[in-house]
Amino acid sequence: MYKKEVRGELILGNKSYGDITNDILRSQEEKAPLWWWISFAVFFVLMAIGLGWAVPKTIMKGIGVWGNNNQVAWGWAIINFVWWIGIGHAGTAFSIFLLVFRQKWRTSINRAAEAMTVFAVLAAGLFPAIHVGRPWDEFFIFPYGPNSRGLWVNFNSPLLWDVFAIATYLTTSAIFWYIGMLPDFATIRDRSTGIKRTIFNAMSFGWVGKMSSWRKFEDALAILGGLAMPLVIAVHSIVSTDFSAGILPGWHETIFPPFFVVGAIFSGFSMVVTLMVLIRKAFKLDDYVTDDHFDAIARIITFVSLIMGSAYLIELFIAWYSANKFESYVFIDNYMFGHYSAPYWWMVIFNAFLPQLFWFKKIRRNLTAIFIITIGVNIGMWLERYNIVVPPAAEDFLPANWFEYAPTIIDKWVYLGTIGLFGVGVLLFIRFIPMMAMNELKQQAKRHTELKPTDIQYHAIKKLLNDE
Amino acid sequence: MKKYWRSLEELESVQKNEAIEPSIEFPTDGLSKDEIKNKYVSNRRDFLKLLGFSTAYAVAATSCQQPVRKAIPFLQRPADITPGVANHYATTLVTPDDYASVVVKVRDGRPIKIEGNKLSKITQGGTNARIQAAVLDLYDTARLQYPVKNGKETSWDKVDSEITKQLTDIAAKGQKIVIMSGTILSPSTKKLLEEFKAKYPTAEVVYLDPVSYSAMIDANEATFGKAGIPYYRFDKAKVIVGFNADFLGTWLSPVQFTADYAKTRDLTNGQTEISRHYQFETLMSLTGSNADYRQYIKPAQEKKLLIKLHNALAAKLGGTPVKELNCSYKIDKLVADLVANKGKSLVVSGTNDKSIQILVNAINNMLGNYGTTIDFTRETLLKQGRDSKLHEAFGAIKDGKVGAVIFYHANPVYVCPKGDKKAAIIKKVPLSIALTDKIDETAKHVNYVLPDNNFLESWSDAEPVTGMYSLGQPTINKLWNTRQAQESFMKWAGIEGGFYDYMKKYWMENILNRNTQTVEKANPKDDNKETAQETPAESQGIIDFTSGWTKALQDGVYEVEVTGEAPQFNASYLTENEAKITEFKKPKGLQLALYEKIGIGSGLMANNPWLQEMPDPITKATWDNYVTVAPKTAEEKGWKQEDVVKVKAGDVEVELPVLIQPGQDLTTIGIALGYGRTAAGPVADQVGGANAAIFITAKDGNRIFNGIPVEVTQTGKTYPLAQTQTHDTMEGRAEDIARETTLKEWQKDKHAGNHKHVFFKDKLEHVNLYKEGYHPEDYPGHHWGLAIDYNKCTGCSACIIACQVENNIAIVGKEQVRRRRNMHWLRIDRYYSTVENELYSDVKNNPEVFHQPVMCQHCDNAPCENVCPVAATPHTNEGLNSMAYNRCIGTRYCMNNCPYKVRRFNWFNFVEGGDYNYLFNDEVKRMVLNPDVVVRQRGVVEKCTLCVQRIQEGKLKAKTEGRELRDGEIEVACEQACPSGAIVFGDTNMADARIIKLFQDERSYGLLEELKTLPSVVYMTKVRNKDEEHKTEA
Repeated sequence: MYKKEVRGELILGNKSYGDITNDILRSQEEKAPLWWWISFAVFFVLMAIGLGWAVPKTIMKGIGVWGNNNQVAWGWAIINFVWWIGIGHAGTAFSIFLLVFRQKWRTSINRAAEAMTVFAVLAAGLFPAIHVGRPWDEFFIFPYGPNSRGLWVNFNSPLLWDVFAIATYLTTSAIFWYIGMLPDFATIRDRSTGIKRTIFNAMSFGWVGKMSSWRKFEDALAILGGLAMPLVIAVHSIVSTDFSAGILPGWHETIFPPFFVVGAIFSGFSMVVTLMVLIRKAFKLDDYVTDDHFDAIARIITFVSLIMGSAYLIELFIAWYSANKFESYVFIDNYMFGHYSAPYWWMVIFNAFLPQLFWFKKIRRNLTAIFIITIGVNIGMWLERYNIVVPPAAEDFLPANWFEYAPTIIDKWVYLGTIGLFGVGVLLFIRFIPMMAMNELKQQAKRHTELKPTDIQYHAIKKLLNDE
Repeated sequence: MKKYWRSLEELESVQKNEAIEPSIEFPTDGLSKDEIKNKYVSNRRDFLKLLGFSTAYAVAATSCQQPVRKAIPFLQRPADITPGVANHYATTLVTPDDYASVVVKVRDGRPIKIEGNKLSKITQGGTNARIQAAVLDLYDTARLQYPVKNGKETSWDKVDSEITKQLTDIAAKGQKIVIMSGTILSPSTKKLLEEFKAKYPTAEVVYLDPVSYSAMIDANEATFGKAGIPYYRFDKAKVIVGFNADFLGTWLSPVQFTADYAKTRDLTNGQTEISRHYQFETLMSLTGSNADYRQYIKPAQEKKLLIKLHNALAAKLGGTPVKELNCSYKIDKLVADLVANKGKSLVVSGTNDKSIQILVNAINNMLGNYGTTIDFTRETLLKQGRDSKLHEAFGAIKDGKVGAVIFYHANPVYVCPKGDKKAAIIKKVPLSIALTDKIDETAKHVNYVLPDNNFLESWSDAEPVTGMYSLGQPTINKLWNTRQAQESFMKWAGIEGGFYDYMKKYWMENILNRNTQTVEKANPKDDNKETAQETPAESQGIIDFTSGWTKALQDGVYEVEVTGEAPQFNASYLTENEAKITEFKKPKGLQLALYEKIGIGSGLMANNPWLQEMPDPITKATWDNYVTVAPKTAEEKGWKQEDVVKVKAGDVEVELPVLIQPGQDLTTIGIALGYGRTAAGPVADQVGGANAAIFITAKDGNRIFNGIPVEVTQTGKTYPLAQTQTHDTMEGRAEDIARETTLKEWQKDKHAGNHKHVFFKDKLEHVNLYKEGYHPEDYPGHHWGLAIDYNKCTGCSACIIACQVENNIAIVGKEQVRRRRNMHWLRIDRYYSTVENELYSDVKNNPEVFHQPVMCQHCDNAPCENVCPVAATPHTNEGLNSMAYNRCIGTRYCMNNCPYKVRRFNWFNFVEGGDYNYLFNDEVKRMVLNPDVVVRQRGVVEKCTLCVQRIQEGKLKAKTEGRELRDGEIEVACEQACPSGAIVFGDTNMADARIIKLFQDERSYGLLEELKTLPSVVYMTKVRNKDEEHKTEA
């Protein structure tokens, strides 16, 4: 029920199927451009230093090489973990919510969003793995049976829920992403020869485009999408329970699960936009990622930003209204006017105020403005995680303990290392995997007219139109 | 014949009538043609090659030697050693800083823990941080391990023959032999030195106390005709007034005074009155931090204030006033209190100034305190040094009249000013000997350094207070080629035998034969069975020396009745010398006050990492000394914390960082003694700071430690300080954290200050959505708990070290403390609060202090337990919050979720980790580890276990003896160490346990109880003895 009159054309330039294939696969069939090599080198160096030096150093010497201390036992590692998980939300949320709501404009973006999810979740997954004191005993956390160790894991612990939630989410996202790529792999196979052909043949599971395959393909995606949608909600809700199940003022909040999910979608969508701006510029895919696309996402971001702002206000209100001196200290004395007012107010500016510029159509359609604002949102969301992890722990119940937290060079390099990992992943993705879902684009290519809706939908829409 | 085929290839070969080669059944990749041809049959050469290679490889691989750990069982087990079961021996610790009668826990022949001896009337089972830490000094590898002559190892026989010959020559020539020693408490050693003097008539013993009490002795000599320090009875005082006397921390006999003081502050024994404590002091001391009324004063004002007090009392009580000096302090309240409590008060001053001490004596005399709170029939013998004699001795050495000088645990080059000049004159003495434990600053300059045994390797006795003896026995064989100093003196004096025989003989002749002895009942309320017991001598009617000796040795203490008159105060001395006593010179500019830190003292134990890392109870700083400056002064001068300043007095100067310390005088800066050791060992070398003893000046022949005029300039440099607490106020949370009230309010309402607890108890018990909470049925047997009484706790930090020793807690070093990664399981939070007070002239700069010991609260509804993903910290059915180190993977979630922040994480491998060479990385020092407690690996969380190993030991003991556990039988380490009895451990399920009474006391509350963590530790509201309404703004 896509309406061209409302949304405009999804793919400009009256593309044929062949044009689409050529346009999308150009990024991998042509020689890699110089900028690709340069940025690949930069990200690779970041990854190499981060994962090749900072992470092994942490494992060899102990968590003491980080800035954490007795008072702030969690630091950058957890901030970055939550931040990456949040970004990792985008793909699935984007792809699946829009799939379920039949927003067909998703087609040119969902592949990149899903790829981003996988890399972000991989980056996120690194942190819990290296953040424990004894990584070599990490397997204790998996409930592989009381018979072997005579002891179960603690099912009360939100960290254990995390393990399940993230593992499930990563698996589901990866499968969803991969299955969506099957027809595209087949397309690449058909256009290539030799070893590449063999590889892509294997990767496409021998896809030949039979009608029955298409049906199963669509069913599989629908089922996985249905499964993944609650997971999207669940995974960040569960991550939020790491904090909200805690006792610290500033952590112990019932608002956290929805607040985290919304925040994750916020940062994820922003990251998608940031990347799509770059991809569109780099590969001149203006016909596929149109201004209308950005306009649509910007509207969503504006809406989510309003939710974020309301959540901040609610937190402050509850802190005051509860008359709980510990809680009000964290929010009023600490965040608003205290030691941590700088990260707090920057967070509010980046997350609640800056995206409000999207109320202006000009800004929604200005790529530079979009790029800056979405980068701002991601900085703001990082600050939000910082504000959640550090200040409540640094200044909690007994003031005698209070101590500030400062990251070390190792903390910073681990973070840069994960950025490197993410960057390398994304760059490899655009070189080796069709970065837009060609098969889905082709479904949209010729749809410049209203599709025939099912009877029920037809009547519903008709009623709606009549009412107006 | 019918032929079956499986594949076309086979069919082909079948048709060709070829047999299928069995060889191609196996892959041939990577093999040479020869090998294929040979069909993989290895020949003899291959076999030999392979054999040779594998042997060489095996040899190479196994040649990486594994460290050899010896665990050799006893071939013949000694009668009194049961592996795994500790023996306890009573012994005596005497250093120039401390005295304590102690019980040493010995496991498998190794002393591992020092505990207070409850039978001692002086220390009363208490200890301080230094006494707790002293066990590590036994295993200090920086100790000298053999006799040294002029820097080279030598033998004892050689040493003895050479020294005896030289001493004889020197005595024959009539040259002096100076034996410079810390105060000797041992009566038998004194006797021995008498005999030594008999052999060498020119010998002379001079006492060098690192911190001088000489003026007190002088003053008492002048006013009482008795050159000594009386026996103070703080427990009998109702009003205690301290002038620059840190009697709870460092002054004279702090363990004894803390125990006595705590008795006067106790509200758990039915008593409804507590003593009132006034403190006038220059710097913020531990004692001052416990005072009800505290006022900072300039060092010079102490005399003015004492004169004003003297004259005010004289006016009321009838006495001769002396010349009044202008003094602005309001003391009406103090005077009224003192007059009202005549004979039940005590005024002490820690200033080493004869005039001041004479005034203090006169005041105490006017108040009738002699005979009640001050017992001068006994003397406190802990400090006997006379500075005038010391000065004479150095004069004689300088003039070349001294032929031999023997330093017996005396380190004048370090503890005296002008140390380098002293070193130079010591070098000129023909024969110089140091009987000490290491080549210290003085021993570096002498001919012979003869290592003395550690006290845990020695026989010893002591008489810290007249008639109160204690005995010391070795608890381990000598670790190295050392010799007890007394035996050296015996050798040189030509006395045969060992010191044990000598001492025993002395006791037989002089102490245990006094058949008139009875044990004085110091406190009639004290129903301690042991002290009330008759001595063997009494019960048997005859002197049975052996049983008496054995009993004394087993008890560690022995007491005889003291007969004799107390000397009378000679009031005329004051009037006769009025002009001199009231002489006053107005000081100009900044003054310096030197002080001792609770942990470091005079710096004797500078190589002890436990003490270096112990946060100072007031400043909470570790590993350094610094210049303490009042906030207002710092603001005026523009100094910030950690700015390095140069302190200059005459030709001496030091550069030290500034530490801002509220509560001290605005024109005075403070520097701690005991730092800047240059020859104390590798740990001391890592400690920052500078020796402040260089600033000591003299007045009336006595060393003066405060009121030294100095110039202070900023250097522009900064120097990092490591404090374990950097936030000093309670942010308006006093009623949630540290509850307090005043005595008057408490007398009116026992719940005063603790109404919030009543609210929680009555209301919140029933407002509960969930079933969480305390369910008695979960704890069918024991349920352990701890009660901490703020009224008794002084913050002295003995418990911190006791906990560290008992539980093998790591030392992390300054840098890690700075990053707030100290490992102490028990910490003492120190809060400042501003209080309006009629005595205080300056509210902002004169805070009240609150000490709060915090350890794991063993919550019955513990927030840490449910968040651990691997269930490494479960709750036991005895109410303990336990830690399974082997299960812990170190997510640190529990640390975040602990509202008390008592959990500690092993950030690095502090055990056997290369960077942390303090305690666990030394084979010898590791001997101090408690084998009952696991040493934690890096990456695991640890915390107070309520000494679960002691609980287990106590339970097993009761079980093997087939009886129920008795209350008080199990003592946790902090409780044992506490000199004031502020910590009580017990079973809250035991009907008549002491702890039940304390848990039910109206003053008791749980820390942050509104979180419903249901802690098993209760705190008892602090009751300050102040008159005015309680108004605290924390």
